[in-house]
Amino acid sequence: MKIVVAIKQVPARDSQLRVDSSAHWIEEDDLTYEINEPDAYALEEALQLKEKHGGEVVALCAGPARAAQTIREALAKGADRAIHIEEDNLGAFDPLAAAKLLAAALKSEAPDLILTGLQSDDFGYGQTGVILAELLGLPHGTIIMQVEKQDNGIRVKRELEDGWFQHVEMPLPALLTIQSGISKLRYATLMGIKKAKTKEIRRVTASDLGVASTNPSIQLSRVYLPERTKQTQLFDGSPKEAAAKLVEKLKFEARVI
Amino acid sequence: MSILAVLEHNGKSWGRTTWETVAAVQQMARELNTTASAAVVRTGGQALADEAAHKQFERVYLVDHELLNDYTPDGYSIALKQLIAQVKPDVVLFGHTYQVRDFLPKLATALNTVAVTDVVSHRVEGSELVLVRQLFQGKVNVDVRFSSPAPHLASLQAGSYRADQAVDGSSAVEVVKPQLSAADLRTKPLELFRESQRAVDLGAAEIIVSVGRGIKESDNIELVKKLADALGAELAASRPICDAGWLPMERQVGSSGQTVAPKMYMAVGISGAIQHLVGMKGSRTIVAINKDPNAPIFEVADYGIVGDLFEVVPALIEAINKAK
Repeated sequence: MKIVVAIKQVPARDSQLRVDSSAHWIEEDDLTYEINEPDAYALEEALQLKEKHGGEVVALCAGPARAAQTIREALAKGADRAIHIEEDNLGAFDPLAAAKLLAAALKSEAPDLILTGLQSDDFGYGQTGVILAELLGLPHGTIIMQVEKQDNGIRVKRELEDGWFQHVEMPLPALLTIQSGISKLRYATLMGIKKAKTKEIRRVTASDLGVASTNPSIQLSRVYLPERTKQTQLFDGSPKEAAAKLVEKLKFEARVI
Repeated sequence: MSILAVLEHNGKSWGRTTWETVAAVQQMARELNTTASAAVVRTGGQALADEAAHKQFERVYLVDHELLNDYTPDGYSIALKQLIAQVKPDVVLFGHTYQVRDFLPKLATALNTVAVTDVVSHRVEGSELVLVRQLFQGKVNVDVRFSSPAPHLASLQAGSYRADQAVDGSSAVEVVKPQLSAADLRTKPLELFRESQRAVDLGAAEIIVSVGRGIKESDNIELVKKLADALGAELAASRPICDAGWLPMERQVGSSGQTVAPKMYMAVGISGAIQHLVGMKGSRTIVAINKDPNAPIFEVADYGIVGDLFEVVPALIEAINKAK
């Protein structure tokens, strides 16, 4: 089975974010980056499917030069090769344009299965995978918790709300968006890290692929910190002082103690 | 100019955000000085359509085809594309449910546009609709404007509009028969199921202490359990804790877990991603303990302590025991 995993590099989860002076994006200078968490699970699922059924895992990533670090980590974990769509300003691509980039880069690949995370931790559109499926004319499943290969396709477990699930069958090739927590993530081994240095990374640009970010369907006109909907009473001082003030409020104002 | 709401249901009852969607389209229609209509996709869904027609709409469209009995992304996308071509709405709204997340990006792509997903509020500037959504798991907001021709598609985050503001009325039902063949449906949906009986009913708890990623290690859960015991509370968790197996899945609060509204909800080391907030923001009193002052959990919290939970929680247990 030839599996493509679309991964993205995003600011680390515990980043403290500041809006930049143009109010169009956040200050990026002091951020650290990591693989988008659901994408890490998509990669893990791809590696496990390869271990079971054989084949090849290709990591596909659009992003600036710094994304090479995330790609190397994917190769170190066991992806066989990678495609890096080098694009400095991925934010200018709306989800449709971003998916067109990925689709164009896959033109010569013909994978059996494409996996990606259910959404990104930065923009959080939760759309790129499904759009990519539509552009490539593939059936898809979203928020997937389990993938089983069958004789003539796959059977997946789809997560629904309130603890419900559903099995869905579909033919291959197909695209799945993977939910976090589907399995336990592996660490790269020393051997894996060493091997990764010799693995192929194909580098292409948006203009190589003939995809532009012009004429987006939607525009992000202003980025800002959310206004508080509630007036939060914050208690400061030492942990002991803060705890005492909170308990006072819980006892006499909220009356829950 | 007109607005269309697509109403979610499971064949028998309405989705939990359906009336929020209704309230939102009615409000937007008033502000944009236009009319709102609704669509129900269902094989022989007359009863559902009739019920929807008791709300104030220009019209309720029943999209009726035998292949729409079970949800499939192909079936819904093809049928709604045809409905949109016929009705020509300027704006089409959905609830941001798991089902909508499954087919809306596909529908938008088929219409050569992009949907704005997970919208938390809107405003009208002149005759332009500006939608607000969140970035970085709720840490940052962004105003989004459509720059493509209609239809403009958007999905609304659960809890962003008030279901009780949906206005009653009386509207006509029009049955629409889409062109659809079995070969169009490439995926085959099977039965819905739940993994196990839930032994814990968090919905019945008066006080809930909930733990998130900030707890760092499985062994540290014990500290939060002590806090829950001191308060006589049920212990709950955000998704990553249950994914890691540190607490059972049945203790998960959020969109994929349980929805709770206790007298007090104390979030310990939970940043407050959207998926978690939708499961608890109806709680009467919300307390947040987190090291990041900008964590989204503080947007819904009544009381908060910014600090290291490993220092705050032991102090809190001591103070609670003293106060009892």
